[in-house]
Amino acid sequence: METTAINPSAKLRIDTERRRSVNCILKNYKDSKSNLISILQDIQEKFSYLPTETLEEVAKKLNLKLIDVYGVATFYKSLRLSPQGKHNITLCLGTACHVRASAKILDEIQSQLGIGPGSTTENRELTFNTVNCLGVCAIGPVVVIDGKYYGRMTPIKTREMLSKYLKKKNFSNKATEKR
Amino acid sequence: MKKIRTKKNLEEYRKRIKKENSKFKKIVTICGGTGCHAYNCEQVKQKLRKELVKNGLLKKVALKVSGCHGFCENGPIVTIRPENIFYQRVSEKDVPEIMEKSILKNKIVEHLLYEDPVSRQKVTYLEEIPFYKSQKRLLLGKNGLIEPDKIEDYIVQGGYGALVKVLKLPAQKIIEIIKASGLRGRGGGGFPTGRKWEFCRNTEGEIKYVICNCDEGDPGAYMDRSLLEGNPHSVIEGMIIGAFAIGSNQGYIYVRHEYPLACRNAQIAIRQARKLGLLGKNILGSGFNFDIQIAKGGGAFVCGESTALIASLEGRMGEPRDKQHLHTTESGLWGKPTNINNVETWANVPLIINNGPEWFYQIGNENSKGTKIFSLVGKVQNTGLVEVPMGTTLREIIFEIGGGILNGKKFKAVQTGGPSGGCVPADSLDLPVDYEQLNAAGSMMGSGGMIVMDEDTCMVDVAKYFLNFLKEESCGKCLPCREGIKRMLEIVTDISEGRGKEDTLDLLEELSAVVTDTSLCGLGKTAANPVLSTLRYFRDEYENHIKEKKCPAGVCVPLLRYEILADCCKGCGACIKICPYNAISGKPKEIHIINQDICAKCGSCKTICKFNAVQLQ
Repeated sequence: METTAINPSAKLRIDTERRRSVNCILKNYKDSKSNLISILQDIQEKFSYLPTETLEEVAKKLNLKLIDVYGVATFYKSLRLSPQGKHNITLCLGTACHVRASAKILDEIQSQLGIGPGSTTENRELTFNTVNCLGVCAIGPVVVIDGKYYGRMTPIKTREMLSKYLKKKNFSNKATEKR
Repeated sequence: MKKIRTKKNLEEYRKRIKKENSKFKKIVTICGGTGCHAYNCEQVKQKLRKELVKNGLLKKVALKVSGCHGFCENGPIVTIRPENIFYQRVSEKDVPEIMEKSILKNKIVEHLLYEDPVSRQKVTYLEEIPFYKSQKRLLLGKNGLIEPDKIEDYIVQGGYGALVKVLKLPAQKIIEIIKASGLRGRGGGGFPTGRKWEFCRNTEGEIKYVICNCDEGDPGAYMDRSLLEGNPHSVIEGMIIGAFAIGSNQGYIYVRHEYPLACRNAQIAIRQARKLGLLGKNILGSGFNFDIQIAKGGGAFVCGESTALIASLEGRMGEPRDKQHLHTTESGLWGKPTNINNVETWANVPLIINNGPEWFYQIGNENSKGTKIFSLVGKVQNTGLVEVPMGTTLREIIFEIGGGILNGKKFKAVQTGGPSGGCVPADSLDLPVDYEQLNAAGSMMGSGGMIVMDEDTCMVDVAKYFLNFLKEESCGKCLPCREGIKRMLEIVTDISEGRGKEDTLDLLEELSAVVTDTSLCGLGKTAANPVLSTLRYFRDEYENHIKEKKCPAGVCVPLLRYEILADCCKGCGACIKICPYNAISGKPKEIHIINQDICAKCGSCKTICKFNAVQLQ
């Protein structure tokens, strides 16, 4: 899951801290087993993903098998096992967006960012995701950047907006580099 | 605030709020639905507040942020009451003008009014706009009057009056009322609500649960979000009434995690209802105890299925179980009798209690009663939420309310029922929309998504889209669904990429039948619908892809070829500049050429060309 090498004592410290935060979160739930999904969502909100040791801690404290916790963590789309970028770009691929050509916007974003859906740039700055429907179908196709919704997108609009955004955030832009 | 214990308390409370509200001369409401948020309604609100402060009007003019008005196409929407002036596409810079003309004086800001696209007439008032005029907004109508995080707004509109009425009745009587109203499940199945309640009530057991299903997973449908987001108390009141009739003390609202605003508003509403004693112990002094918890979904389409939803509530993977022999009303959450209804079904309950079952029964047509909210989206002029009586024809919805197809294109089909539904073609436009008629047309009601498609939509691509969606969302428990959908997707992909053979369609039909007959839950059983309905009505399009290797709608990329017409090209260079793949070359004022090896067929050049020189071959 995590690949960055860190020295063992630092890792131990992080582990302990993470386990401690898990225990804090668990205290908020009375009937814990049934709240497994909410608990995992809370943990994810804190760490932006579900680090291995937090899953172990949850399994231990709730008296569940690790495989069951892992099963839930991988079944639901909202839960992630790898860290996310600091910034987020989400593209809606719901039916309404699809018939208004969101597939072309997907191509555009991919070529601009150089990453596919569900992945994060190498510098961990930016994550790109697609979703099945955001429920704002009336203004589709919809792109969400850091929580802000942009409606009625076209490939051209997307390109202009992304290059502006990437410039503002000082990210390298694959498509402009190529040119 | 003191707890409300009696009917009299509630009446007094309502009167007090009315009196407090009467000091406001005008009410300015800005729509705060997710759609309008995308159009910066937050900034408009801030600016409105600033202007009110500047003019010292905070105590005379009420500023409200309401839930979704439904006309999301034209957001952000600002209404001014009591006149009911309707302003659309309001931006921050329009605010001073609204202030000066409509709030300080009684004038109208002309350029913010809705313009009828046919008559070119400006329309001042909400109820006169064609989009609203033909609707019957029993459920959605209150959205514009209520601030979702203020229980006072709901109560002043008569809220929780139905609850007061019900708590005095015997449970069986309430069930009879719901049965007599003819209300059927709005989540898609259309099971009679009253009968479901009765089953659950009659199952033995001390502990029973009621659940509100807001796992609105159908892509293209968002009416449940708007209801729970815009008027959460109507859903909560419905749930309390249902719980009282069934004999349940604990309820859950299961909300998709993609709907953060709905979660927040429902959470706030529950807290407020508890504070007033409308939830919790001894509700309104009746001795009845009931509370509601919010459960956030994890993002799995299959969890809209009742048994999968229950598995998810129990903290497990959302895998459905066979429910043909054991209904959730007998054994649901934690093995206890459980009654699950959709958001819209619950929101209908207080209306029925307040107005009587006969009133509800006379709305709609023979077998489907009441109104239904549809999310009218896709290639239609007026996109948004539309509430009409059951039995309204597709033509009325799409052409009268929806204003017809975008950019004057030709209507091809409308997709209803989400991934479990199907496409209904142009010659069925006069079909009355109800549960039975849609089923007969090879589609289904579903939760109410209505995606309009025009001549530029490829039906093979639509089938592929849904198969891809279902492949991702299949939970993997049963083989026919897990493997069958994958193979169907492979076949349709082959067709869309020019690899289809003569006998491919027969194989596709055979496989569809197997998946339909042998899958475990609704997801698999209906997974073939998008394929079967497009095959039924648009077989020629499939055959075009297979025999001629062409996509008539110009969507399936591998079958496309963009070319620049030498006669039309002026050599302006716009396409060279816009092409993200550097696939176009040519000197200024000379004819440009597309390099077919590099072209990714994104169509940007076709969009940008002012001379119509780029053509799809």
